[in-house]
Amino acid sequence: MTAEPVETRASYDGETLASLRADAAEIMARYPDPRSGLLPMLHLVQSVDGYVSRDGILFCAEQLGITAAEVSAVATFYTQYKRKPNGKYTVGVCTNTLCAVMGGDAIFDELSERLGVGHDETTEDGAITLERVECNAACDYAPVMMVNWEFFDNQTPESAAEVTERLRAGEDVAPTRGADSVCSFKEMSRILAGFPDGRAHEGVGAGEPSLAGLRIAREQGLQEPGGPEAPEDGRSRPRPGEPGSSAERKPATPADTELGKDKKPGEEAR
Amino acid sequence: MTDLVPVLTDTWDSPRSWRLSTYEKHGGYAGLKKALRMSPGDLVQAVKDSGLRGRGGAGFPAGMKWGFLPPDDGGPRYLVVNADESEPGTCKDIPLMMASPQHLIEGVIITSYAIGCNHAFIYVRGEVLHVYRRLLEAVAEARRVGYLGTDILGSGFDLEVTVHAGAGAYICGEETALLDSLEGLRGQPRLKPPFPAVAGLYARPTVVNNVETVASVPGIVANGVDWFTGMGTEKSTGHGLFSLSGHVTRPGQYEAPLGITLRELLEQAGGMRGGKPLKFWTPGGSSTPLFTAEHLDTPLDYESVGAAGSMLGTRALQLFDDTVCVVRAVSRWTDFYAHESCGKCTPCREGTYWLKQILHRIEEGQGQDQDIDLLLDLCDNILGRSFCALGDGATSPITSSIQYFREEYQAHIDGHGCPFDPSASALFPYTPKTRTPGALAGAGAGGH
Repeated sequence: MTAEPVETRASYDGETLASLRADAAEIMARYPDPRSGLLPMLHLVQSVDGYVSRDGILFCAEQLGITAAEVSAVATFYTQYKRKPNGKYTVGVCTNTLCAVMGGDAIFDELSERLGVGHDETTEDGAITLERVECNAACDYAPVMMVNWEFFDNQTPESAAEVTERLRAGEDVAPTRGADSVCSFKEMSRILAGFPDGRAHEGVGAGEPSLAGLRIAREQGLQEPGGPEAPEDGRSRPRPGEPGSSAERKPATPADTELGKDKKPGEEAR
Repeated sequence: MTDLVPVLTDTWDSPRSWRLSTYEKHGGYAGLKKALRMSPGDLVQAVKDSGLRGRGGAGFPAGMKWGFLPPDDGGPRYLVVNADESEPGTCKDIPLMMASPQHLIEGVIITSYAIGCNHAFIYVRGEVLHVYRRLLEAVAEARRVGYLGTDILGSGFDLEVTVHAGAGAYICGEETALLDSLEGLRGQPRLKPPFPAVAGLYARPTVVNNVETVASVPGIVANGVDWFTGMGTEKSTGHGLFSLSGHVTRPGQYEAPLGITLRELLEQAGGMRGGKPLKFWTPGGSSTPLFTAEHLDTPLDYESVGAAGSMLGTRALQLFDDTVCVVRAVSRWTDFYAHESCGKCTPCREGTYWLKQILHRIEEGQGQDQDIDLLLDLCDNILGRSFCALGDGATSPITSSIQYFREEYQAHIDGHGCPFDPSASALFPYTPKTRTPGALAGAGAGGH
């Protein structure tokens, strides 16, 4: 059996290659060791090809002076790197425990049925790649859906289906907390490579759950006699050590007793 | 009643809270100005005196970690901020960086000055696009006014900050896996020792700290050690973000002194949804052993939670009411650990695979009588025998749920299926679609 000759150089056209090289140089310059640029560089090739293509792997290897196998080893480790062409939008439904029991399972099933695809599959029109995703650090907004890694909070099967329908219709769709509209997978990949799109000032600072405790503290600061003082602008400052603060609490925890003193700091490490 | 203490959250409701100008208007960067007039050694001592412990889960004293760096040998030393928040239930750092990234940036500058670092890195998970945008912009804003760059505020101190996006891997929250990932490798944990303080990023002395830990430093510097130690308990000092999620009336972020109890937090959060009873909860993410209603009054500080058999972890309080099947909950977490196991060590790689198979068969009504003991035996062979804490964490929900709810596992085995209606726990009514036996296999699909 004769092996096919292996092409070992990326076959991008001249213009694409020049632009990729310029970007790769900028990425590598951010780090004391250029190899640290591999993760952003893989995001970069996804911004051109829509996935980590064979050309993309060869390009990264050439830039860093490492083998294609070494690049592949890294590319296959991380779930955000796609090994086949991705849809214009990655729609990820959190089905980790908390979101799942709050309704994430129902949302995933609904989308899967409507779109006719399962986990990590792409609709025929190339618009949507559906995924089950793991916890995305928005549990207080459960159930959560991510579209190209922008937050769509407090979803229902109906609201999620509406989002996917609008995306497929080519409409601009706004996340709950994020830019004013969701960008494409390729645009997103370019940002993740460290080339911002100038949209950082769009969207909200925080959603309601992020402010839940703050709102209550503001009310307490204004209402409770002896509680934290509320300056004229309505903002409250903790005044530890004053009457009523936690510092006044009587020793009641193991930390305050002989039991707690036996524990070394960090002993319960993780 | 323990009052809430908005410190890190204090600016989050301001218009354009993420802007540098907003942060400065609320007193931001007072800590840096004060810090630059102090000696680095005094800063390290102040953080030691404050008792600030790592807010990323392990609770190691931050000042002590800084103090472990060897004496300056003229070569580079690094600060790496762990912003790879991925522990199930944990949702504090992401909103912090979305709403008030300057809190973190100021902390990075002070910490870097204290440890003699001129190039700091923020490793943020890649799955939070807008947070990455905000961080890049926050660094750019800080650089424009001279808080970053050369000769910061005329102090002679230079600092560059690189914000680095990950690409989807829970294991990169483990500090040495994070360092490998930041070096452009597969994110797998390193053998310790040497610890990062001695040989970290590029084998140079490195401090790896969690976002909330670093963001807490400016307040300590600006307001003083006594201010910080005035909150919390003797050994668990200061403020912390408590993240309530699940079947609670008002889920969200509650910033409070360490040592507050879930009962107190629940009062603030409007109690359990619909007044239903609390069945089980995690004190610090899915890797911390479950608690039940009997732990409502356990003070949420490192020592008390440890004494009660769990870990404070990341203060990720996921609350589940009595509509939730504990086997379903634990099975799904186990899918997660199997998916996220990096594959480096055998107990974790193979063990989580088998745990997942057994839990799936119990859930699907195919459980066998010895399966509960088999689960415990497997856990016994993973806990303490894995390369890093991921394997240990995978056993926590299983062993603790069997401890408190063994009869519920047995009911699945005896009844050949789950006695719970999966739709009852959802926030909306729905009719579950028929699940083929293979349907569950998609959960936690993939793997490395």
